[in-house]
Amino acid sequence: MKVLVPVKRVIDYNVKVRVKPDQTGVDLANVKMSMNPFDEIAVEEAVRLKEKGVATEVVVVSIGVQQCQETIRTALAIGADRGILILTDVDADPLAVAKLLKAVIAEESPNLVIMGKQSIDGDNNAVGQMLAALLDWPQATFASKLEVTGDKASVTREIDGGLQTLEVALPAIVTADLRLNEPRYASLPNIMKAKKKEIASKTPADYGVDLASALKVLKVTEPPKRGGGIKVDSAAALVAKLKEVGAL
Amino acid sequence: MADLVIADHNNTALGDGTAKTVAAAQKLSSDIDILVAGENAGAVAEAAAKLEGVRKVLLAESPALGHLLAEAITDCVVALAPGYDAILIPATSAGKNYAPRIAAKLDVNQITDIIDVVSNDTFVRPIYAGNALETVQSSDAKKVITVRPTAFKPVGEGGSATVEKIAAGAADAHEAKWVSDEVVKSDRPELAGAKIVVSGGRALGSAEEFHKVIEPLADKLGAAVGASRAAVDAGYAPNDYQVGQTGKVVAPGLYIAVGISGAIQHLAGMKDSKVIVAINKDPDAPIFQVADFGLVGDYKTLVPDLMAALG
Ligand SMILES: Cc1cc2nc3c(=O)[nH]c(=O)nc-3n(C[C@H](O)[C@H](O)[C@H](O)COP(=O)(O)OP(=O)(O)OC[C@H]3O[C@@H](n4cnc5c(N)ncnc54)[C@H](O)[C@@H]3O)c2cc1C
Ligand SMILES: Nc1ncnc2c1ncn2[C@@H]1O[C@H](COP(=O)(O)O)[C@@H](O)[C@H]1O
Repeated sequence: MKVLVPVKRVIDYNVKVRVKPDQTGVDLANVKMSMNPFDEIAVEEAVRLKEKGVATEVVVVSIGVQQCQETIRTALAIGADRGILILTDVDADPLAVAKLLKAVIAEESPNLVIMGKQSIDGDNNAVGQMLAALLDWPQATFASKLEVTGDKASVTREIDGGLQTLEVALPAIVTADLRLNEPRYASLPNIMKAKKKEIASKTPADYGVDLASALKVLKVTEPPKRGGGIKVDSAAALVAKLKEVGAL
Repeated sequence: MADLVIADHNNTALGDGTAKTVAAAQKLSSDIDILVAGENAGAVAEAAAKLEGVRKVLLAESPALGHLLAEAITDCVVALAPGYDAILIPATSAGKNYAPRIAAKLDVNQITDIIDVVSNDTFVRPIYAGNALETVQSSDAKKVITVRPTAFKPVGEGGSATVEKIAAGAADAHEAKWVSDEVVKSDRPELAGAKIVVSGGRALGSAEEFHKVIEPLADKLGAAVGASRAAVDAGYAPNDYQVGQTGKVVAPGLYIAVGISGAIQHLAGMKDSKVIVAINKDPDAPIFQVADFGLVGDYKTLVPDLMAALG
């Protein structure tokens, strides 16, 4: 069984982003970039399936600038087998990413796609569901548990109010939530091994996909700031303040 | 033309995200229909029909819709789509699950998690965990929009729309089957729409301590209970208590954070609360930068003190 994992290069989750004064976006110059945390969870899950003997090959794909190669290497160091880099300077929107991934799937024919539920830069939470729609595959989003048996997967999902378990026929799209697993740290030998693994370089044109977007960002601004608060010195003083401002 | 709002519900009750999404829809059109896709959801449809400014309520029922399966809801909505300019969906976990599937089936992009409507084609949405706001214009002919409920005031309940039953689409035509739900039952208010929220963090140290400390304080205040990711990951609280960038977004009148440091991912889910209180033993914890009132010290003494002061 082949598993495909799309991985996105995003601003590191620890970085406090700054909006550019000209309102064209956020400042990415000299900012630490990493693999989208949810995608790391997806890669870990795929590699565990391989270690269990369920998956035979784990292929990762990233769409973006040349440095996405580093993101792919990170996935290869966790244990993925090979990578595909689709080079573009365009910040592709979720529908375009889904269309590119659909074209990759037409070539690779994976039995399962595991991906992040959300990229932490655009906060879209869209590509997995869109890809499932374009392929007419079943989807199991926000997964906290995944079990593959034969040509079916049992997926426990985080929903409003608790958990839901679905059974999906493969091929299917699964999107990872935080509780699916805790990704490992890649060992030094595995980081060295990853350097020798193959990364194919492609372009959107190779797949015949146009990245022109119907979404146009007019401006990016800073959110309103909260006014500074005060410290109170006792619980009684707190209750008095809360009554004063009408919060109780 | 008209807008379609997809109701947020659990087959028995209408979620308050619906009335807030209708409010957002009103900024686009005055002809608003609501789709209730569920099973045995007649009461939900009746409740939706009472919302102000609603033209009619469409009720589609089947087992797959009752389990809110994305494949089934998508089929149902795509069949209705030719009659609407915009489809608006509350950004709940269920809505986030099916909305992009609907958008892709219609070959349009989703306009995600809007907090403001600038014009018929231009919207404001948070990105980077709410550290930036993006004003985005869509040239797609049909708009599929998810709405952040906390950003809109709900419409009132003086309406009297008609309820019309519609076909649910083919049963079991899909390769996704529902197996089970494990829903946490609680008499407390629903987290997403609660007026007061008490949240606990990693500091609580165990599920027992979370029950013993956070829940009585919440009950005394008639509040909903929330948690940080660290508390959920450690099993102190169930997953749907998580407040934050990738959990629930809340904006209550009062938010009390107990033993939560205030990571940007947590702030993303609560910084629009009206009044924020933080209880934390570290005077430099980032949570104090957004707190209106801070109590520095050990929650083990401060929470009992607070219980006593509340009387
Ligand atoms: C992709 C991604 C998504 C995420 N999404 C979310 C999300 O949606 N929501 C979320 O909350 N987090 C999220 N996080 C995690 C976030 O980065 C933080 O790790 C998390 O919020 C920390 O939780 P915490 O504040 O409970 O724990 P900590 O950061 O460990 O803070 C514990 C606090 O308790 C205080 N404390 C300790 N003992 C006591 C005591 N006895 N009395 C009083 N105070 C005490 C400490 O001073 C400290 O400030 C996400 C992270 C990633 C990478
Ligand atoms: N440029 C990209 N390259 C590879 N995968 C991506 C890209 N953008 C999004 N994805 C995948 O889609 C998931 C959801 O992203 P989003 O819908 O943008 O929040 C991510 O977690 C990735 O797995």
